[in-house]
Amino acid sequence: MILDIIISSLINGSVYALLAIGFSLIFGVARIVNIAHTAFYMVAAYCIYFATHKLGFHPIWGMLGGIVLVTLFGLVSYQLFIDPIREHEAAVLIGTIALAVALQEVMLIIFSGDFLGVPSLVEGYLKIIGVKVAYQQLLTIGMALLVLAAAWTLLLKTRLGLAIRSTANDREVANLMGINESRVALITMGISVGLAGITGAVIVPLTIVNPFMWMHPLIMMMAVVVLGGLGSIKGSFVGAYILGFAESLVVFLIPMGAYLKGSVALSIMILVLLIRPEGLFGVAFEEER
Amino acid sequence: MALLGFYLRKLYSIFKGEVLVLPSRVVVLVFSLLLLLLPVVTQDPYLLRILILASIFAILAASWDLLSGFTGQLNFGHALFFGVAAYTAALLNLHIHLPPWGSIPLGALAAVLTGLIIGIPCLRLKGTYLALTTLAFPIILSGIVFAIPDISGGEMGLSGLDRLSGSRLSDYYITVVVMLCMCTVMWKITDSNTGIIFHAIREDELAVRAAGINTTRYKLLAFCLSGFFAGISGGLYAHFMRIAGPSNLEISMSFTVVIWAIFGGVVTIYGPVGAVFILFPLLEFFRFWPEYRILMFAVVILLILLYMPDGLFPWVRDKIETQCPRCKIRNVATRKTCRICTAPLD
Repeated sequence: MILDIIISSLINGSVYALLAIGFSLIFGVARIVNIAHTAFYMVAAYCIYFATHKLGFHPIWGMLGGIVLVTLFGLVSYQLFIDPIREHEAAVLIGTIALAVALQEVMLIIFSGDFLGVPSLVEGYLKIIGVKVAYQQLLTIGMALLVLAAAWTLLLKTRLGLAIRSTANDREVANLMGINESRVALITMGISVGLAGITGAVIVPLTIVNPFMWMHPLIMMMAVVVLGGLGSIKGSFVGAYILGFAESLVVFLIPMGAYLKGSVALSIMILVLLIRPEGLFGVAFEEER
Repeated sequence: MALLGFYLRKLYSIFKGEVLVLPSRVVVLVFSLLLLLLPVVTQDPYLLRILILASIFAILAASWDLLSGFTGQLNFGHALFFGVAAYTAALLNLHIHLPPWGSIPLGALAAVLTGLIIGIPCLRLKGTYLALTTLAFPIILSGIVFAIPDISGGEMGLSGLDRLSGSRLSDYYITVVVMLCMCTVMWKITDSNTGIIFHAIREDELAVRAAGINTTRYKLLAFCLSGFFAGISGGLYAHFMRIAGPSNLEISMSFTVVIWAIFGGVVTIYGPVGAVFILFPLLEFFRFWPEYRILMFAVVILLILLYMPDGLFPWVRDKIETQCPRCKIRNVATRKTCRICTAPLD
């Protein structure tokens, strides 16, 4: 029971952390609230399903192809739909909502609303104190942590990461220092969508693929981002595991928990915001005027 | 009799001087008259049903504009007010058999109360934080609704409410008249002193505070007002559809409201109303190709946004009217000089 809770909260937490970091990256750099972020995650899951079931590739190739395709697709849709209206925040908002809904409908038309599944990369399970832990679950956690570490290194140790962080901090000054701001935004969009694609790839063997699978992660991702503080990578990381743990705890311990898991996690977010309005690790910026 | 004639002449001159001079006002007038006179031409129940629903959602979209457009408090969870009012009206109607004229206002009051409750924690947040936090509230409530199926009806919702009135035609008149009244009231609010403070809070909250105005109180007022109007539309919806279900609380509901309002153009009130009357029938029209319906809807929105990112109606309005550079009064685009101060227009 305890082990079940820990495993499921680690998986949920890692997924939310990956999504939230991508979301808060593009928000920080380009001030784009990308509602379609988890829709890209859904598209990645479908790409993998298509590659493994319809084309008969090995899941690994399906996953790599899915990630690359989704990243390219994200960049194209950024250039086509989001970049021209970037200065109008409200328009970007409904632009991305419309994009997410359009993707959902396209998937609904191509694959119908059936619940689909993808085989695990590795079969079998490990017995730890009498509890079955599938290798796939361990693999998912491991891969998620690896990707998180890679994203962390990219942002904190490389020149590109420095450019991204400085653009997020102050767009105008970064521009004055010779950083090509619109190119950084494009690259960040690529990284952000790529992270969404990777999230889809690592979670797809453990979850059900259907066109509405983007809704719940979207809400949780936003809650994580707000809880951790917008633009704070560390905050997203910690917030994701807090909410992931809360969700698993509710599902396993409370009757009717499956219905209440979202409610409890979001209530935690609101409680934290009552005490710290800028989130756990957010920095209270001076008001922009 | 002479007095009556005097008032009629005065009314006519006001009408001529204030309404007929601006095409946008003429359009609003013609639109309201068309809505009111439509049943004379046709009483097709399907058409009336579409227009009834459009009227109900027009109130909802305009109330979102009041809060998020005018005051700038981005609310992503507008379905909360709608759903709370719908459920309250349904519970009151089913358990203590309150007729619609009692349950709808009480439902709206419940929505006002919700506005107060969520307003207090939310007022400490700004901008995107606020938007993302408000998204959470309807989802919390729908979780609770699923968890107590005995009271809330769970997934099926509460059905079997009283009809709004006896016939489709009187339903139509009730909703259309309520819509027109509510939208006029909202437009008047935004035109009043309170409305100017709302504007100012959106533009520069610090300056408003510096002017000695308690912005928290006004933001809370905006939450309550918006909750009230959204609540009226929620109650009307529950009684018209005769069901209050968890679908009223879904995120797609909140998002749809945002889409309507921004598509029509925020900070206008008439924008969201017009957008609902265009987009809602459009969605029904696309029903001929059921699989592609929502996809086409989304694509239309994406394409229109690329060309008019400020919304449809402000774009149209700028085409047919110009603002006088000296006295800021609006004029028909065809005029060479301002109608008030005769300054040349370019």
